[in-house]
Amino acid sequence: MSTDHINKNDVELDALYRDTVLDHFRSPRGRKTLDRVDLTRLGHNPVCGDHLSLSLKFDGDRIADLAVETKGCAISVASGSMLAEMIGGMTKDEALKLAETFRAVMHGQPAPKDFDLGDLDSLEGVKNFPVRVKCALLAWMTLLDALSGKTDEQGVTVTED
Amino acid sequence: MNPVATTAAQKSASRDYTLDLARVRADFPIIGRQVHGSTLVYLDSAATSQKPQAVIDAIVNFYRHTNANVHRGVYALSAQATDLYEGARTKVAHFINAERTDEIIFGRNATEAINLVAQSWGPANLKAGDEILLSEMEHHSNLVPWFLLAKRTGAVIRYLPIHADGTLAMESWEERFTVRTRLVAITHTSNVLGTINPIADIVGRAHRAGALVLVDAAQGAPHCAIDVQALDVDFLAMSAHKMLGPTGVGVLYGKQEHLDKMEPVLGGGDMIRSVKFTGATWNELPWKFEAGTPNIAGVIGYGAAVDYLVSLGMDNIRRHEVDLAGYALERMQQIDSFEIYGPLDPEKRAGVIAFNDTQIHPHDLATILDRKGVAIRAGHHCAQPLLERLGQTATARASFYVYNGRDDVDTLIEAIIEARKFMGRA
Repeated sequence: MSTDHINKNDVELDALYRDTVLDHFRSPRGRKTLDRVDLTRLGHNPVCGDHLSLSLKFDGDRIADLAVETKGCAISVASGSMLAEMIGGMTKDEALKLAETFRAVMHGQPAPKDFDLGDLDSLEGVKNFPVRVKCALLAWMTLLDALSGKTDEQGVTVTED
Repeated sequence: MNPVATTAAQKSASRDYTLDLARVRADFPIIGRQVHGSTLVYLDSAATSQKPQAVIDAIVNFYRHTNANVHRGVYALSAQATDLYEGARTKVAHFINAERTDEIIFGRNATEAINLVAQSWGPANLKAGDEILLSEMEHHSNLVPWFLLAKRTGAVIRYLPIHADGTLAMESWEERFTVRTRLVAITHTSNVLGTINPIADIVGRAHRAGALVLVDAAQGAPHCAIDVQALDVDFLAMSAHKMLGPTGVGVLYGKQEHLDKMEPVLGGGDMIRSVKFTGATWNELPWKFEAGTPNIAGVIGYGAAVDYLVSLGMDNIRRHEVDLAGYALERMQQIDSFEIYGPLDPEKRAGVIAFNDTQIHPHDLATILDRKGVAIRAGHHCAQPLLERLGQTATARASFYVYNGRDDVDTLIEAIIEARKFMGRA
Protein backbone atom coordinates (compact mmCIF):
# COMPACT_ATOMS: atom_id res chain seq x y z
CA MET A 1 0.00 0.00 0.00
CA SER A 2 1.47 3.35 -0.91
CA THR A 3 0.92 5.61 2.05
CA ASP A 4 4.14 7.60 2.06
CA HIS A 5 2.36 10.85 1.39
CA ILE A 6 0.33 10.83 4.59
CA ASN A 7 1.75 10.44 8.11
CA LYS A 8 4.38 7.80 7.87
CA ASN A 9 3.59 4.70 9.87
CA ASP A 10 0.02 5.76 10.54
CA VAL A 11 -1.04 2.16 10.80
CA GLU A 12 -4.43 3.04 12.24
CA LEU A 13 -5.32 5.22 9.26
CA ASP A 14 -4.06 2.54 6.88
CA ALA A 15 -6.22 0.02 8.71
CA LEU A 16 -9.26 2.31 8.39
CA TYR A 17 -8.91 2.79 4.66
CA ARG A 18 -7.71 -0.63 3.52
CA ASP A 19 -7.43 -1.23 -0.22
CA THR A 20 -10.47 -3.51 -0.08
CA VAL A 21 -12.49 -0.67 1.48
CA LEU A 22 -11.39 1.82 -1.16
CA ASP A 23 -12.17 -0.68 -3.91
CA HIS A 24 -15.75 -1.04 -2.67
CA PHE A 25 -15.99 2.74 -2.23
CA ARG A 26 -14.87 3.43 -5.80
CA SER A 27 -17.00 0.73 -7.41
CA PRO A 28 -19.93 0.12 -5.08
CA ARG A 29 -21.79 -3.13 -5.72
CA GLY A 30 -25.55 -3.32 -5.72
CA ARG A 31 -26.34 -0.10 -7.56
CA LYS A 32 -29.08 -1.40 -9.79
CA THR A 33 -32.80 -1.47 -10.34
CA LEU A 34 -34.65 -4.65 -9.35
CA ASP A 35 -37.39 -6.08 -11.53
CA ARG A 36 -39.45 -6.55 -8.38
CA VAL A 37 -39.04 -5.01 -4.93
CA ASP A 38 -40.61 -6.77 -1.96
CA LEU A 39 -39.16 -4.60 0.80
CA THR A 40 -37.47 -1.23 0.88
CA ARG A 41 -35.95 0.52 3.84
CA LEU A 42 -34.06 3.78 4.12
CA GLY A 43 -31.14 4.36 6.45
CA HIS A 44 -30.03 7.76 7.66
CA ASN A 45 -27.18 8.96 9.77
CA PRO A 46 -28.35 12.40 10.89
CA VAL A 47 -25.04 13.48 12.37
CA CYS A 48 -23.14 12.78 9.13
CA GLY A 49 -25.94 13.22 6.64
CA ASP A 50 -25.32 9.78 5.13
CA HIS A 51 -28.30 8.25 3.30
CA LEU A 52 -28.84 4.68 2.25
CA SER A 53 -31.60 2.91 0.36
CA LEU A 54 -31.93 -0.87 0.63
CA SER A 55 -34.29 -2.82 -1.64
CA LEU A 56 -34.85 -6.54 -1.24
CA LYS A 57 -36.44 -9.14 -3.46
CA PHE A 58 -37.32 -12.46 -1.84
CA ASP A 59 -37.74 -15.95 -3.10
CA GLY A 60 -39.61 -17.50 -0.19
CA ASP A 61 -37.32 -17.12 2.79
CA ARG A 62 -34.30 -16.41 0.65
CA ILE A 63 -32.98 -13.01 -0.46
CA ALA A 64 -33.12 -13.53 -4.20
CA ASP A 65 -31.69 -10.13 -5.15
CA LEU A 66 -31.04 -6.74 -3.66
CA ALA A 67 -30.09 -3.20 -4.50
CA VAL A 68 -28.12 -0.80 -2.30
CA GLU A 69 -27.56 2.89 -2.91
CA THR A 70 -25.45 4.82 -0.41
CA LYS A 71 -24.68 8.52 -0.37
CA GLY A 72 -22.01 9.10 2.19
CA CYS A 73 -18.42 8.64 3.25
CA ALA A 74 -16.04 5.94 2.05
CA ILE A 75 -16.76 3.76 5.08
CA SER A 76 -20.54 3.81 4.74
CA VAL A 77 -20.45 3.33 0.95
CA ALA A 78 -17.96 0.44 1.24
CA SER A 79 -19.95 -1.24 3.97
CA GLY A 80 -23.17 -0.96 1.94
CA SER A 81 -21.35 -2.37 -1.08
CA MET A 82 -20.09 -5.33 0.94
CA LEU A 83 -23.61 -5.97 2.17
CA ALA A 84 -24.85 -5.97 -1.41
CA GLU A 85 -22.18 -8.48 -2.38
CA MET A 86 -22.64 -10.78 0.59
CA ILE A 87 -26.29 -11.29 1.41
CA GLY A 88 -27.70 -12.17 -2.01
CA GLY A 89 -28.82 -15.82 -1.81
CA MET A 90 -28.82 -15.92 1.99
CA THR A 91 -31.87 -16.86 4.01
CA LYS A 92 -33.26 -14.15 6.24
CA ASP A 93 -31.79 -15.91 9.29
CA GLU A 94 -28.36 -16.17 7.71
CA ALA A 95 -28.41 -12.48 6.81
CA LEU A 96 -29.59 -11.54 10.30
CA LYS A 97 -26.80 -13.64 11.83
CA LEU A 98 -24.20 -11.91 9.64
CA ALA A 99 -25.54 -8.45 10.50
CA GLU A 100 -25.62 -9.22 14.25
CA THR A 101 -22.12 -10.65 14.15
CA PHE A 102 -20.70 -7.65 12.29
CA ARG A 103 -22.43 -5.27 14.70
CA ALA A 104 -20.90 -7.12 17.65
CA VAL A 105 -17.44 -6.99 16.04
CA MET A 106 -17.79 -3.24 15.43
CA HIS A 107 -18.70 -2.82 19.08
CA GLY A 108 -15.46 -4.45 20.11
CA GLN A 109 -16.39 -8.11 20.52
CA PRO A 110 -14.09 -10.72 18.97
CA ALA A 111 -15.31 -12.33 15.77
CA PRO A 112 -16.59 -15.86 16.44
CA LYS A 113 -14.24 -18.63 15.36
CA ASP A 114 -15.02 -20.20 12.01
CA PHE A 115 -17.37 -17.35 11.11
CA ASP A 116 -16.51 -15.92 7.72
CA LEU A 117 -16.92 -12.13 7.63
CA GLY A 118 -15.52 -11.99 4.11
CA ASP A 119 -14.59 -8.46 2.98
CA LEU A 120 -16.09 -7.11 6.20
CA ASP A 121 -12.79 -8.11 7.82
CA SER A 122 -11.31 -5.11 6.05
CA LEU A 123 -13.56 -2.80 8.11
CA GLU A 124 -12.10 -4.03 11.39
CA GLY A 125 -9.89 -0.94 11.60
CA VAL A 126 -12.99 1.23 12.03
CA LYS A 127 -13.10 0.06 15.66
CA ASN A 128 -10.17 2.40 16.37
CA PHE A 129 -12.28 5.36 15.22
CA PRO A 130 -15.34 5.22 17.48
CA VAL A 131 -17.10 8.16 15.78
CA ARG A 132 -16.95 6.27 12.48
CA VAL A 133 -18.47 3.00 13.71
CA LYS A 134 -21.95 4.25 12.88
CA CYS A 135 -20.78 4.79 9.27
CA ALA A 136 -19.77 1.12 9.00
CA LEU A 137 -23.04 -0.01 10.58
CA LEU A 138 -25.54 2.11 8.65
CA ALA A 139 -26.26 -0.52 5.98
CA TRP A 140 -26.33 -3.38 8.47
CA MET A 141 -28.62 -1.66 10.96
CA THR A 142 -30.96 -0.84 8.08
CA LEU A 143 -30.91 -4.50 7.05
CA LEU A 144 -31.57 -5.64 10.63
CA ASP A 145 -34.59 -3.34 10.86
CA ALA A 146 -35.86 -4.42 7.45
CA LEU A 147 -35.60 -8.14 8.17
CA SER A 148 -37.02 -7.93 11.68
CA GLY A 149 -40.10 -6.27 10.23
CA LYS A 150 -39.55 -3.03 12.08
CA THR A 151 -42.00 -0.41 10.94
CA ASP A 152 -41.65 2.94 12.57
CA GLU A 153 -43.42 6.10 11.57
CA GLN A 154 -41.00 7.15 8.89
CA GLY A 155 -39.60 3.76 7.92
CA VAL A 156 -36.08 5.06 8.34
CA THR A 157 -33.30 3.44 10.31
CA VAL A 158 -31.38 6.08 12.16
CA THR A 159 -27.88 5.35 13.41
CA GLU A 160 -26.42 7.44 16.15
CA ASP A 161 -23.86 6.74 18.79
CA MET B 1 6.96 24.24 11.47
CA ASN B 2 8.51 24.21 8.04
CA PRO B 3 10.36 27.26 6.62
CA VAL B 4 7.63 28.06 4.10
CA ALA B 5 5.03 28.21 6.83
CA THR B 6 7.20 30.47 8.98
CA THR B 7 7.58 32.92 6.14
CA ALA B 8 3.85 32.95 5.57
CA ALA B 9 3.18 33.58 9.27
CA GLN B 10 5.62 36.48 9.31
CA LYS B 11 4.03 37.93 6.22
CA SER B 12 0.65 37.91 7.90
CA ALA B 13 2.04 39.68 10.96
CA SER B 14 3.37 42.60 8.95
CA ARG B 15 0.08 43.61 7.33
CA ASP B 16 -2.06 46.68 7.77
CA TYR B 17 -3.15 45.86 11.29
CA THR B 18 -1.57 45.07 14.63
CA LEU B 19 -1.91 41.55 15.86
CA ASP B 20 1.19 39.86 17.19
CA LEU B 21 0.38 36.28 16.33
CA ALA B 22 3.25 34.76 18.31
CA ARG B 23 2.18 36.62 21.45
CA VAL B 24 -1.47 35.74 20.96
CA ARG B 25 -0.61 32.08 20.52
CA ALA B 26 1.46 32.17 23.69
CA ASP B 27 -1.66 33.33 25.54
CA PHE B 28 -3.53 30.10 24.62
CA PRO B 29 -2.14 27.11 26.50
CA ILE B 30 -3.86 24.58 24.20
CA ILE B 31 -2.18 25.99 21.09
CA GLY B 32 0.97 23.95 20.62
CA ARG B 33 -0.33 20.67 22.03
CA GLN B 34 0.22 17.50 20.06
CA VAL B 35 -2.51 15.46 18.37
CA HIS B 36 -1.56 12.12 16.80
CA GLY B 37 2.07 13.23 16.88
CA SER B 38 1.51 16.54 15.10
CA THR B 39 1.06 20.04 16.48
CA LEU B 40 -2.63 20.87 16.76
CA VAL B 41 -3.97 23.16 14.04
CA TYR B 42 -7.36 24.14 15.43
CA LEU B 43 -9.73 25.21 12.65
CA ASP B 44 -13.09 24.77 14.38
CA SER B 45 -13.50 28.03 16.28
CA ALA B 46 -16.95 28.49 14.76
CA ALA B 47 -17.99 25.50 16.88
CA THR B 48 -16.19 26.74 19.97
CA SER B 49 -13.15 28.92 20.46
CA GLN B 50 -10.09 28.09 22.53
CA LYS B 51 -9.55 29.95 25.82
CA PRO B 52 -6.69 32.27 26.72
CA GLN B 53 -4.92 31.85 30.06
CA ALA B 54 -6.56 35.07 31.29
CA VAL B 55 -9.99 33.45 31.04
CA ILE B 56 -8.85 30.22 32.68
CA ASP B 57 -7.21 32.26 35.46
CA ALA B 58 -10.33 34.34 36.03
CA ILE B 59 -12.40 31.20 36.57
CA VAL B 60 -9.82 29.45 38.74
CA ASN B 61 -9.16 32.57 40.80
CA PHE B 62 -12.85 33.07 41.40
CA TYR B 63 -13.21 29.56 42.80
CA ARG B 64 -9.96 29.84 44.77
CA HIS B 65 -10.44 33.28 46.27
CA THR B 66 -13.90 34.77 45.82
CA ASN B 67 -16.45 31.96 45.54
CA ALA B 68 -19.81 32.86 47.07
CA ASN B 69 -23.33 33.23 45.76
CA VAL B 70 -24.31 36.57 44.27
CA HIS B 71 -27.00 39.10 45.25
CA ARG B 72 -27.51 37.42 48.61
CA GLY B 73 -24.92 37.45 51.34
CA VAL B 74 -24.22 40.45 53.53
CA TYR B 75 -20.66 39.24 54.01
CA ALA B 76 -17.65 40.52 52.12
CA LEU B 77 -17.15 37.42 49.98
CA SER B 78 -20.64 37.57 48.52
CA ALA B 79 -20.32 41.29 47.88
CA GLN B 80 -17.03 40.68 46.03
CA ALA B 81 -18.55 37.86 43.97
CA THR B 82 -21.48 40.11 43.12
CA ASP B 83 -19.13 42.92 42.08
CA LEU B 84 -17.24 40.57 39.76
CA TYR B 85 -20.43 39.13 38.29
CA GLU B 86 -22.06 42.53 37.73
CA GLY B 87 -18.70 43.89 36.55
CA ALA B 88 -18.77 41.35 33.73
CA ARG B 89 -22.22 42.60 32.77
CA THR B 90 -20.85 46.12 32.49
CA LYS B 91 -17.97 44.87 30.31
CA VAL B 92 -20.38 43.10 27.98
CA ALA B 93 -22.62 46.18 27.80
CA HIS B 94 -19.63 48.30 26.77
CA PHE B 95 -18.46 45.63 24.34
CA ILE B 96 -21.63 45.89 22.25
CA ASN B 97 -22.27 49.52 23.22
CA ALA B 98 -25.57 48.88 24.95
CA GLU B 99 -27.13 52.03 26.37
CA ARG B 100 -27.72 50.42 29.77
CA THR B 101 -26.16 47.50 31.63
CA ASP B 102 -29.59 46.17 32.62
CA GLU B 103 -30.20 45.41 28.95
CA ILE B 104 -27.70 42.54 29.26
CA ILE B 105 -29.31 39.26 30.35
CA PHE B 106 -27.06 36.31 31.13
CA GLY B 107 -28.18 32.80 30.26
CA ARG B 108 -26.62 29.58 29.05
CA ASN B 109 -25.93 30.39 25.40
CA ALA B 110 -27.23 32.22 22.33
CA THR B 111 -29.78 29.44 21.82
CA GLU B 112 -31.32 30.11 25.22
CA ALA B 113 -31.32 33.85 24.52
CA ILE B 114 -33.30 33.35 21.31
CA ASN B 115 -35.67 30.96 23.06
CA LEU B 116 -36.25 33.55 25.79
CA VAL B 117 -37.50 36.05 23.23
CA ALA B 118 -39.54 33.40 21.39
CA GLN B 119 -41.21 32.22 24.59
CA SER B 120 -41.68 35.56 26.34
CA TRP B 121 -42.07 38.23 23.67
CA GLY B 122 -43.59 35.82 21.15
CA PRO B 123 -46.94 34.71 22.60
CA ALA B 124 -47.63 38.21 23.97
CA ASN B 125 -47.13 39.87 20.60
CA LEU B 126 -48.06 37.38 17.89
CA LYS B 127 -51.51 36.32 16.78
CA ALA B 128 -52.41 33.54 14.38
CA GLY B 129 -51.43 34.61 10.88
CA ASP B 130 -48.78 37.07 12.04
CA GLU B 131 -45.46 36.46 10.37
CA ILE B 132 -41.86 35.91 11.41
CA LEU B 133 -39.27 36.51 8.72
CA LEU B 134 -36.12 34.36 8.90
CA SER B 135 -33.48 33.64 6.27
CA GLU B 136 -32.42 30.49 4.45
CA MET B 137 -29.01 30.59 6.14
CA GLU B 138 -30.12 30.29 9.77
CA HIS B 139 -28.60 27.93 12.30
CA HIS B 140 -31.09 25.56 13.95
CA SER B 141 -30.92 27.78 17.03
CA ASN B 142 -32.58 30.58 15.07
CA LEU B 143 -35.10 28.28 13.39
CA VAL B 144 -36.48 25.81 15.91
CA PRO B 145 -37.45 28.36 18.64
CA TRP B 146 -39.61 30.07 16.01
CA PHE B 147 -41.07 26.75 14.84
CA LEU B 148 -42.14 26.15 18.46
CA LEU B 149 -43.60 29.64 18.67
CA ALA B 150 -45.44 29.22 15.36
CA LYS B 151 -46.96 25.98 16.62
CA ARG B 152 -48.07 27.70 19.81
CA THR B 153 -49.50 30.87 18.27
CA GLY B 154 -50.41 29.99 14.68
CA ALA B 155 -47.82 32.46 13.43
CA VAL B 156 -46.41 31.89 9.95
CA ILE B 157 -42.70 31.62 9.15
CA ARG B 158 -41.27 33.03 5.95
CA TYR B 159 -37.74 33.07 4.62
CA LEU B 160 -35.51 35.56 2.90
CA PRO B 161 -33.76 33.55 0.18
CA ILE B 162 -30.06 33.55 -0.61
CA HIS B 163 -28.19 34.01 -3.87
CA ALA B 164 -25.95 31.33 -5.36
CA ASP B 165 -22.93 33.14 -3.87
CA GLY B 166 -24.40 32.82 -0.37
CA THR B 167 -25.44 36.44 0.11
CA LEU B 168 -28.96 37.44 1.13
CA ALA B 169 -31.35 38.17 -1.72
CA MET B 170 -32.42 41.57 -0.38
CA GLU B 171 -34.33 42.22 -3.61
CA SER B 172 -36.85 39.66 -2.33
CA TRP B 173 -37.51 41.75 0.77
CA GLU B 174 -40.69 43.43 -0.53
CA GLU B 175 -42.14 40.04 -1.43
CA ARG B 176 -41.22 38.23 1.79
CA PHE B 177 -41.77 41.04 4.29
CA THR B 178 -45.54 41.59 4.44
CA VAL B 179 -47.99 43.69 6.42
CA ARG B 180 -48.25 40.75 8.83
CA THR B 181 -44.51 40.55 9.57
CA ARG B 182 -43.95 41.33 13.27
CA LEU B 183 -40.40 40.11 13.73
CA VAL B 184 -37.30 39.57 11.63
CA ALA B 185 -34.87 37.09 13.20
CA ILE B 186 -31.63 36.86 11.30
CA THR B 187 -28.06 35.82 11.77
CA HIS B 188 -25.34 38.46 11.77
CA THR B 189 -22.86 36.02 10.22
CA SER B 190 -23.60 32.62 8.72
CA ASN B 191 -21.83 29.74 10.46
CA VAL B 192 -21.63 27.90 7.12
CA LEU B 193 -21.36 30.49 4.36
CA GLY B 194 -19.46 33.06 6.38
CA THR B 195 -21.74 35.70 4.89
CA ILE B 196 -22.00 38.90 6.93
CA ASN B 197 -25.53 40.22 6.56
CA PRO B 198 -26.56 43.88 6.09
CA ILE B 199 -28.06 44.22 9.57
CA ALA B 200 -28.43 48.03 9.57
CA ASP B 201 -30.31 47.88 6.27
CA ILE B 202 -32.57 45.08 7.54
CA VAL B 203 -33.30 46.92 10.80
CA GLY B 204 -34.14 50.10 8.90
CA ARG B 205 -36.58 48.32 6.61
CA ALA B 206 -38.20 46.37 9.46
CA HIS B 207 -38.56 49.38 11.75
CA ARG B 208 -40.10 51.55 9.06
CA ALA B 209 -42.82 48.89 8.86
CA GLY B 210 -43.17 48.54 12.64
CA ALA B 211 -41.51 45.12 13.01
CA LEU B 212 -38.78 44.23 15.49
CA VAL B 213 -35.42 42.64 14.69
CA LEU B 214 -33.57 39.94 16.58
CA VAL B 215 -29.97 39.32 15.55
CA ASP B 216 -28.23 36.00 16.17
CA ALA B 217 -24.69 37.24 16.75
CA ALA B 218 -23.23 33.92 17.91
CA GLN B 219 -20.89 33.96 14.90
CA GLY B 220 -20.68 37.72 14.46
CA ALA B 221 -19.85 39.06 17.91
CA PRO B 222 -16.58 37.09 18.27
CA HIS B 223 -15.16 38.44 15.03
CA CYS B 224 -16.06 42.09 14.54
CA ALA B 225 -17.18 45.13 16.47
CA ILE B 226 -20.93 45.24 17.06
CA ASP B 227 -22.71 48.40 18.17
CA VAL B 228 -26.30 47.61 19.12
CA GLN B 229 -27.24 51.28 19.32
CA ALA B 230 -25.81 52.14 15.92
CA LEU B 231 -27.48 49.07 14.40
CA ASP B 232 -30.63 49.85 16.40
CA VAL B 233 -31.39 46.13 16.87
CA ASP B 234 -34.16 45.17 19.27
CA PHE B 235 -32.63 41.90 20.46
CA LEU B 236 -29.21 40.35 20.00
CA ALA B 237 -27.94 36.93 21.12
CA MET B 238 -24.35 35.85 21.80
CA SER B 239 -22.54 32.79 23.14
CA ALA B 240 -19.50 33.34 25.37
CA HIS B 241 -17.77 30.12 24.34
CA LYS B 242 -17.42 31.20 20.72
CA MET B 243 -15.66 34.41 21.82
CA LEU B 244 -12.87 33.03 24.02
CA GLY B 245 -15.12 32.62 27.07
CA PRO B 246 -16.29 29.48 28.83
CA THR B 247 -19.17 27.22 27.78
CA GLY B 248 -22.47 27.63 29.57
CA VAL B 249 -22.76 31.41 29.29
CA GLY B 250 -24.78 33.37 26.77
CA VAL B 251 -26.20 36.85 26.47
CA LEU B 252 -29.50 38.28 25.43
CA TYR B 253 -29.29 41.98 24.71
CA GLY B 254 -32.70 43.60 24.51
CA LYS B 255 -33.83 47.19 24.41
CA GLN B 256 -35.13 48.15 27.82
CA GLU B 257 -38.50 49.20 26.36
CA HIS B 258 -39.06 45.61 25.17
CA LEU B 259 -37.56 43.77 28.13
CA ASP B 260 -39.63 45.83 30.59
CA LYS B 261 -42.86 44.62 29.02
CA MET B 262 -41.81 40.98 28.78
CA GLU B 263 -42.82 38.31 31.27
CA PRO B 264 -40.14 36.03 32.71
CA VAL B 265 -39.91 32.54 31.25
CA LEU B 266 -38.23 30.90 34.22
CA GLY B 267 -39.40 31.44 37.78
CA GLY B 268 -37.34 30.91 40.91
CA GLY B 269 -34.85 32.58 43.16
CA ASP B 270 -33.20 35.89 42.33
CA MET B 271 -35.82 36.84 39.73
CA ILE B 272 -38.46 37.93 42.26
CA ARG B 273 -39.03 41.06 44.28
CA SER B 274 -41.35 39.44 46.77
CA VAL B 275 -43.08 36.10 47.06
CA LYS B 276 -46.24 35.43 49.05
CA PHE B 277 -48.33 32.29 49.24
CA THR B 278 -50.69 33.98 46.85
CA GLY B 279 -48.14 34.99 44.21
CA ALA B 280 -45.02 36.95 43.41
CA THR B 281 -43.81 40.17 41.89
CA TRP B 282 -40.83 40.28 39.59
CA ASN B 283 -37.42 41.72 40.23
CA GLU B 284 -36.27 44.55 37.99
CA LEU B 285 -34.12 44.17 34.90
CA PRO B 286 -31.92 42.31 34.25
CA TRP B 287 -32.49 39.89 37.14
CA LYS B 288 -36.14 39.34 36.20
CA PHE B 289 -34.82 36.99 33.52
CA GLU B 290 -32.05 35.34 35.54
CA ALA B 291 -33.85 32.82 37.75
CA GLY B 292 -31.76 30.71 40.10
CA THR B 293 -28.06 30.85 40.83
CA PRO B 294 -26.37 31.82 37.57
CA ASN B 295 -23.10 30.51 36.12
CA ILE B 296 -21.14 32.97 38.26
CA ALA B 297 -17.64 31.72 37.49
CA GLY B 298 -18.53 31.41 33.81
CA VAL B 299 -19.83 34.96 33.59
CA ILE B 300 -16.69 36.24 35.32
CA GLY B 301 -14.58 34.21 32.87
CA TYR B 302 -16.60 35.74 30.05
CA GLY B 303 -15.79 39.20 31.40
CA ALA B 304 -12.10 38.28 31.15
CA ALA B 305 -12.65 37.09 27.56
CA VAL B 306 -14.25 40.41 26.66
CA ASP B 307 -11.29 42.23 28.22
CA TYR B 308 -8.94 40.10 26.15
CA LEU B 309 -10.83 40.78 22.91
CA VAL B 310 -10.87 44.51 23.66
CA SER B 311 -7.12 44.45 24.34
CA LEU B 312 -6.51 42.90 20.90
CA GLY B 313 -8.97 45.31 19.30
CA MET B 314 -12.01 44.04 17.39
CA ASP B 315 -10.95 45.89 14.26
CA ASN B 316 -7.53 44.19 14.39
CA ILE B 317 -9.24 40.83 14.82
CA ARG B 318 -11.46 41.56 11.83
CA ARG B 319 -8.53 42.61 9.63
CA HIS B 320 -6.59 39.51 10.69
CA GLU B 321 -9.49 37.25 9.72
CA VAL B 322 -10.07 39.02 6.41
CA ASP B 323 -6.43 38.33 5.66
CA LEU B 324 -6.72 34.66 6.65
CA ALA B 325 -10.01 34.13 4.78
CA GLY B 326 -8.62 35.83 1.69
CA TYR B 327 -5.49 33.69 1.77
CA ALA B 328 -7.44 30.47 2.39
CA LEU B 329 -9.94 31.24 -0.39
CA GLU B 330 -7.09 32.01 -2.77
CA ARG B 331 -5.37 28.72 -2.03
CA MET B 332 -8.58 26.67 -2.11
CA GLN B 333 -9.53 28.09 -5.49
CA GLN B 334 -6.27 26.69 -6.86
CA ILE B 335 -7.39 23.14 -6.05
CA ASP B 336 -9.37 21.49 -8.83
CA SER B 337 -12.70 19.76 -8.14
CA PHE B 338 -13.14 21.88 -5.05
CA GLU B 339 -16.37 23.61 -4.09
CA ILE B 340 -16.38 26.65 -1.83
CA TYR B 341 -19.65 27.89 -0.35
CA GLY B 342 -20.35 31.54 0.40
CA PRO B 343 -18.95 34.79 -0.97
CA LEU B 344 -15.43 34.68 -2.41
CA ASP B 345 -14.72 38.28 -1.42
CA PRO B 346 -13.14 38.12 2.07
CA GLU B 347 -14.48 41.61 2.87
CA LYS B 348 -18.02 40.23 2.62
CA ARG B 349 -17.52 37.27 4.87
CA ALA B 350 -16.09 35.99 8.11
CA GLY B 351 -13.22 33.56 8.57
CA VAL B 352 -15.45 30.50 8.40
CA ILE B 353 -15.28 28.60 5.13
CA ALA B 354 -17.41 25.60 4.20
CA PHE B 355 -16.10 23.57 1.31
CA ASN B 356 -16.31 20.21 -0.36
CA ASP B 357 -13.59 18.29 -2.03
CA THR B 358 -15.63 16.51 -4.67
CA GLN B 359 -13.17 13.62 -4.51
CA ILE B 360 -13.40 12.99 -0.76
CA HIS B 361 -16.43 12.93 1.49
CA PRO B 362 -16.09 15.52 4.29
CA HIS B 363 -16.06 12.84 7.00
CA ASP B 364 -13.22 10.97 5.39
CA LEU B 365 -11.40 14.27 4.94
CA ALA B 366 -11.94 15.26 8.58
CA THR B 367 -10.70 11.88 9.80
CA ILE B 368 -7.57 12.00 7.64
CA LEU B 369 -6.83 15.64 8.53
CA ASP B 370 -7.23 14.83 12.22
CA ARG B 371 -4.39 12.32 11.87
CA LYS B 372 -2.25 15.31 10.87
CA GLY B 373 -3.41 17.28 13.89
CA VAL B 374 -5.72 19.46 11.77
CA ALA B 375 -9.15 19.85 13.42
CA ILE B 376 -11.92 20.76 10.98
CA ARG B 377 -15.67 20.26 11.17
CA ALA B 378 -17.61 17.93 8.89
CA GLY B 379 -21.37 17.64 8.76
CA HIS B 380 -24.44 19.82 8.42
CA HIS B 381 -23.26 22.45 10.92
CA CYS B 382 -26.72 22.60 12.52
CA ALA B 383 -28.05 24.28 9.40
CA GLN B 384 -29.81 21.42 7.61
CA PRO B 385 -32.22 23.61 5.61
CA LEU B 386 -29.27 25.63 4.27
CA LEU B 387 -27.37 22.47 3.36
CA GLU B 388 -30.46 21.25 1.53
CA ARG B 389 -30.60 24.59 -0.26
CA LEU B 390 -26.96 24.07 -1.28
CA GLY B 391 -27.80 20.56 -2.47
CA GLN B 392 -25.47 18.96 0.06
CA THR B 393 -25.93 16.62 3.01
CA ALA B 394 -22.58 17.52 4.54
CA THR B 395 -19.65 19.83 3.99
CA ALA B 396 -16.22 20.28 5.48
CA ARG B 397 -15.66 23.56 7.30
CA ALA B 398 -12.56 25.39 8.44
CA SER B 399 -12.93 28.40 10.71
CA PHE B 400 -10.27 30.82 11.92
CA TYR B 401 -9.72 32.95 14.96
CA VAL B 402 -7.09 35.11 16.60
CA TYR B 403 -4.63 32.26 17.18
CA ASN B 404 -4.64 31.07 13.57
CA GLY B 405 -2.14 32.25 10.99
CA ARG B 406 -1.38 31.78 7.32
CA ASP B 407 0.84 28.88 8.35
CA ASP B 408 -2.31 27.07 9.53
CA VAL B 409 -3.92 27.65 6.14
CA ASP B 410 -0.80 26.19 4.50
CA THR B 411 -0.97 23.13 6.76
CA LEU B 412 -4.65 22.70 5.92
CA ILE B 413 -4.09 22.89 2.17
CA GLU B 414 -1.11 20.54 2.28
CA ALA B 415 -3.09 18.06 4.37
CA ILE B 416 -6.00 18.19 1.91
CA ILE B 417 -3.66 17.49 -0.98
CA GLU B 418 -2.07 14.61 0.94
CA ALA B 419 -5.49 13.25 1.82
CA ARG B 420 -6.38 13.19 -1.86
CA LYS B 421 -3.26 11.22 -2.66
CA PHE B 422 -4.02 8.83 0.16
CA MET B 423 -7.64 8.21 -0.86
CA GLY B 424 -6.84 8.20 -4.58
CA ARG B 425 -4.00 5.72 -4.31
CA ALA B 426 -4.03 2.89 -6.82
